[in-house]
Amino acid sequence: MTTLQPPAAAEPRPAPPPAGRDRRSWTGWGFIGPFVAVFALVFLAPIAYSLYLSLFRDQLIGGTTFVGLDNYEQALRDDRFWAALGRVSLFLCVQVPVMLGIALLVALALDSGRLYGRNFFRVSIFLPYAVPAVVATLMWSFMYGTRFGLVGDLGDAFGLSLPDPLSPDLVLASIGNIVTWEFVGYNMLIFYSALRVVPHSLYEAAEIDGAGQIRVVTAIKLPAIRGALVIATIFSIIGSFQLFNEPSVMQKLAPNAITTDYTPNYYTYSLSFSGQQHNYSATVAIVMGLITMVIAYVVQLRGMRKGA
Amino acid sequence: MASTVTPASTGSAASPPGPSGSAVRLRTPRRRHSPGRPRRSVLLTVLTGLVLLYSLVPLVWLVISATKTQEGLSRSFGLWFDGDFALWDNIAETFTYDDGVFARWLLNTLLYVVVGAGGATFLAVLGGYALAKFDFPGRRAVFAVVIGAVAVPGTALAVPTFLMFSTMGLTDTPWAVIIPSLISPFGLYLMWVFAGEAIPTELMEAARIDGAGEVRTFFTVALPLLAPGIVTVSLFTMVATWNNFFLPLIMIKDPDWYPLTLGLHSWNAQAATAGGQPVFHLVVTGSLITIVPLIAAFLMLQKYWQSGLAAGSVKE
Repeated sequence: MTTLQPPAAAEPRPAPPPAGRDRRSWTGWGFIGPFVAVFALVFLAPIAYSLYLSLFRDQLIGGTTFVGLDNYEQALRDDRFWAALGRVSLFLCVQVPVMLGIALLVALALDSGRLYGRNFFRVSIFLPYAVPAVVATLMWSFMYGTRFGLVGDLGDAFGLSLPDPLSPDLVLASIGNIVTWEFVGYNMLIFYSALRVVPHSLYEAAEIDGAGQIRVVTAIKLPAIRGALVIATIFSIIGSFQLFNEPSVMQKLAPNAITTDYTPNYYTYSLSFSGQQHNYSATVAIVMGLITMVIAYVVQLRGMRKGA
Repeated sequence: MASTVTPASTGSAASPPGPSGSAVRLRTPRRRHSPGRPRRSVLLTVLTGLVLLYSLVPLVWLVISATKTQEGLSRSFGLWFDGDFALWDNIAETFTYDDGVFARWLLNTLLYVVVGAGGATFLAVLGGYALAKFDFPGRRAVFAVVIGAVAVPGTALAVPTFLMFSTMGLTDTPWAVIIPSLISPFGLYLMWVFAGEAIPTELMEAARIDGAGEVRTFFTVALPLLAPGIVTVSLFTMVATWNNFFLPLIMIKDPDWYPLTLGLHSWNAQAATAGGQPVFHLVVTGSLITIVPLIAAFLMLQKYWQSGLAAGSVKE
């Protein structure tokens, strides 16, 4: 999880085995074969099929015809697609930094050893990760709701009229809050695990040099967990672009605020399963996949290059 | 964070913060302030406590709400109990409502988890072992493709997978959920790192010299050493399968094959539809029942997943 670097960077090649035993052989395929077979069926085949679908169009008159890149052209001019992409981009720019920031601060606090009850903190903050997205969304939506929600109760208790978190203006922020709640602990654990393996001799050296805590954090800890930071960022970007579960569950409770093209994935889902436009849906999914991969790749390059 | 700043020392090793100054006492404060046992901070604990509250309050809300009747949910304050304690009634009603379909969903989820997550763990263990311990043609290509695939949005695969499965006649059967669950690139990666560190190659050599075949070497030598990693990977594949929503949503139309997540979603949708019977108390209670097993598993197996994750980050 903590590295997407090519194996060359992450893993030293096994030392040459003594006396010519263990030559390069096909034995390993006996073990990796089953994984590769299923992987080909559920990853490679659908990708290939998707590419194939995106080149055709199913029309009422004339049936399925080859249209070349027409679907891609349509996707690039599709306002609904761009609106959805804009929404998840905004989400990405706000929610991901907030979530990773909180996760990092908590991880540093745990790692500093200055907390009372460190284990309790670590386990409790991680727990929401075990809650299914559907349950998390239902739970938060009920709390958001004015009918029997906490927001309504708190409003009543303090005599305030709190804004409705399920209104069109606020619903994206409300989704952001749910996603943050689900994944703060998970990211915290990634950072914390990375911090744990920083050699303590470095801290001792820094202390001898008179470095304060802040300096230890910026000069030693953050650079040491750069890999974990980059990976968590990439996973969060992928997650944001794939946003689907939370809006689709919330849609039932806030139909006015969330449209069925709210996020790119929701849009492809609606195209395919309500609109029966499988070819165009596959095209939008491919465009979205490409955008995701390019951004993930750029983040990885930039993140790994600095200070490398 | 401000609380973590120790008073700036005067900058020389001879006077670290604390009551020192003489060469004789130099060792004591340094040990006391060493990274292993720094001074505890109330302020920092309180600040982190805010995040803790944020994480736990919704769960507390869920537990409290599961004890309320439908009317009690809207009548009483969210974070305190209502007059009637209806938890047992709610649980009973959750399991009997609509001819006990919830129990069926629970069993379906268990099936998907045992076969799907179990299979995913098994494939990841075998594959990770191969990547870590064997040099075979195409090894690097396999790794590169699998890691590259992590960046492909899972939902981008959904439509073509659905169409493929539908021509194969697999949709609306458990296989449609189980087969895609069998692949966990993260699990493969974790097992690869873990196997590289946990299994000494000499041990495998020794087993081979003793005449053990590859299969036997794997089961008798490698597997026991991989146990902590296996627990970690199974926990994460289990969470992924248990929480799966998108895949069953597109693959399964027949409520008899719904997993819990999809079932709860359908109850909620029914309650939100005009004219549908509102069963919000059952959605809440069902949600609680859905998360209890996973939370219990994580709490009981802490030791394993924490050490497993730590191993995963060693390769930084």
